[in-house]
Amino acid sequence: MTVTEWESLLDRTSFIELDARERAKALLDEGTADELCGPFDRIESPWLEPQGVVPQADDGVVVVKGLLDGRRVVVIGIEQAFQGGGIGEVSGAKIAAALSLAARDSRAGTPTAAVLLLETGGVRLQEANLGLATVAEVCAAVLELRALQPVVGVIAGALGCFGGVSIAAGLCTTLIMTAESRLGLDGPEVIESEAGIAEFDASDHPLIWSIDGGTQRVRTGLADALVLDDVTALRSAVAGAVRQGVPAEHRSRRIGELRARLEAVDPAHPPAPSELAAVWGRPAQSEGDQG
Amino acid sequence: MSRGLKWTHALADGAVHDVVPSVITAGCTLGDDTARLVTVVPDPDSPFHRARAGEVGLREGLAIAEAVTEVVAADERLPDGRRRPIVAVVDLPSQAYGRVEELLGIHHALAAAVDAYATARTAGHPVLSLIVGNALSGGLLAHGLQANQILALDDPGVVIHAMHKQAAAKVTLRTVAELDELAKRFPPLSYDVGDWAKLGLCDELLTVENAGEPTGADLTKVRNALVAAVVRARKGPRDLSNRLNSPGAMKTRAASRRIHEELAKQWG
Amino acid sequence: MRTLSYEFPADRPAARRSHVGVVGSGDLEVLMTPANGNARVRVRTSVDGFDTVWRTVLERFFARHRVAASFELNDFGATPGVVTLRLRQAIEEGRA
Repeated sequence: MTVTEWESLLDRTSFIELDARERAKALLDEGTADELCGPFDRIESPWLEPQGVVPQADDGVVVVKGLLDGRRVVVIGIEQAFQGGGIGEVSGAKIAAALSLAARDSRAGTPTAAVLLLETGGVRLQEANLGLATVAEVCAAVLELRALQPVVGVIAGALGCFGGVSIAAGLCTTLIMTAESRLGLDGPEVIESEAGIAEFDASDHPLIWSIDGGTQRVRTGLADALVLDDVTALRSAVAGAVRQGVPAEHRSRRIGELRARLEAVDPAHPPAPSELAAVWGRPAQSEGDQG
Repeated sequence: MSRGLKWTHALADGAVHDVVPSVITAGCTLGDDTARLVTVVPDPDSPFHRARAGEVGLREGLAIAEAVTEVVAADERLPDGRRRPIVAVVDLPSQAYGRVEELLGIHHALAAAVDAYATARTAGHPVLSLIVGNALSGGLLAHGLQANQILALDDPGVVIHAMHKQAAAKVTLRTVAELDELAKRFPPLSYDVGDWAKLGLCDELLTVENAGEPTGADLTKVRNALVAAVVRARKGPRDLSNRLNSPGAMKTRAASRRIHEELAKQWG
Repeated sequence: MRTLSYEFPADRPAARRSHVGVVGSGDLEVLMTPANGNARVRVRTSVDGFDTVWRTVLERFFARHRVAASFELNDFGATPGVVTLRLRQAIEEGRA
């Protein structure tokens, strides 16, 4: 590392260490953040307290409207520390409603993009079927807005993005990850519990990150940008993604590519995670692409 | 023979086709329409060993996306009101839990299926779900929950949930008996389809004579219900807002409705 | 889960409402809303059996900081040190 690189390393402000509200505000232009349905509105989950679980006043999702490099965006952040970022009735409805309102404004001539901070284990089991239903509504709302304005997904922390919300991540216009973060449908513990340790050893951290980790997801094209855990770097990556606008074809529409990718792999003898990018014909990327 | 397979064959006008061995499609006359049925079925010989019992895995996600997209592309030039209904016949234990699934990005394959169904819905195709058996978790998200009309059989063999009971007990550190007890007090936790129908997500709960072996009367009843659902879908919204405005949702999803109202108010 | 309510004498009005913390492991959120009269505290805690500890911690805090406001504490097993820290942050942010 050069002296300049060390200096920039020491100058970093960790994004991961911020809570969801701070993350949302850190992405927006100074003085433009306007939080909606915040803690003082006290729209809590109606299902937690009766089950003996302490609710959070904003149900673990913050919705902050503002400007990012002068463009209108709504940042929707999941608070990973509350119930593992689990999506319940209220938190899921909040995400879906905010996306739909951004779509409404975009249709009416006020383009409004969305940034989703996706730190979650998936559906909150204390709200089971309503959580599942709202995740379907979140997916529908991502698709509604995505046709008009970018929906930029960010997965920053080690909790990662799992469960049904990983499907919403797959629908995002652009997906930004850090090397610390993870993305997958089912977490290692769930797979080990369902299928046994021979299928997935949930204590094998190198294995987990070799499959679900941000570096691998970007290398294999399941995410778009690998960014350092730094507020400035993430902010500039998100702003860049918003600037790029709506692509001609979204990742989740590239069915032919998905078919080719599945045909390229023998599921009985899958490649090592490190070989997958090459099997799929993805160019090797260097660490220099970070940032 | 799985319930999904039986109902698909029973409802099909003629031949049932494989997109892949685990995803089948068929034409089905519904009034003036010929709907396309799409069903995930077990494939004991699947090379994906975690997706042999009817789970929605990588190739199932892809095959659903292909089958649905094909219908949308074929009907592209038809006027809105003539676009074919698509019926997801749902009988699936879950998504496929496996290592190769995660390696290859099963979330992405399921996103392709979700995208395809939602695209069909917004293009004006009535997208219907007919739940005849189990409908769990990510599997249901990929195959069922993007529909603008959801019908389910009122039968103990129909279980709709975010996670199967044993796993849910483990994760929430409760016994199965405790979960059952909780489910009596909290409808979203219940494994009973009658309770699920009260959440506001179900457009019609259908009582049949034999959910496992549909009788002639059952088929007539379900077909009529599907025809009525097509009419409602064509008249109704193309987003999922009907699930928030249904009589069940008025009661059970009061908090969701409050969020939508309050957020719209503060949004300006 | 336990819900506890306390009231302490207060004479310094809070200037504005404030919110700090999250309901995450070892932490709590505090919602402070200015109000006339006493400091009214409602605690919802995930940990049962610490009623006396709560009383002691809160008595000590509000003896030193006589802030007239309502305090809603949603706790997920915070230590007394963290509780005091969050309360201090809340009144700090609630100053004009």
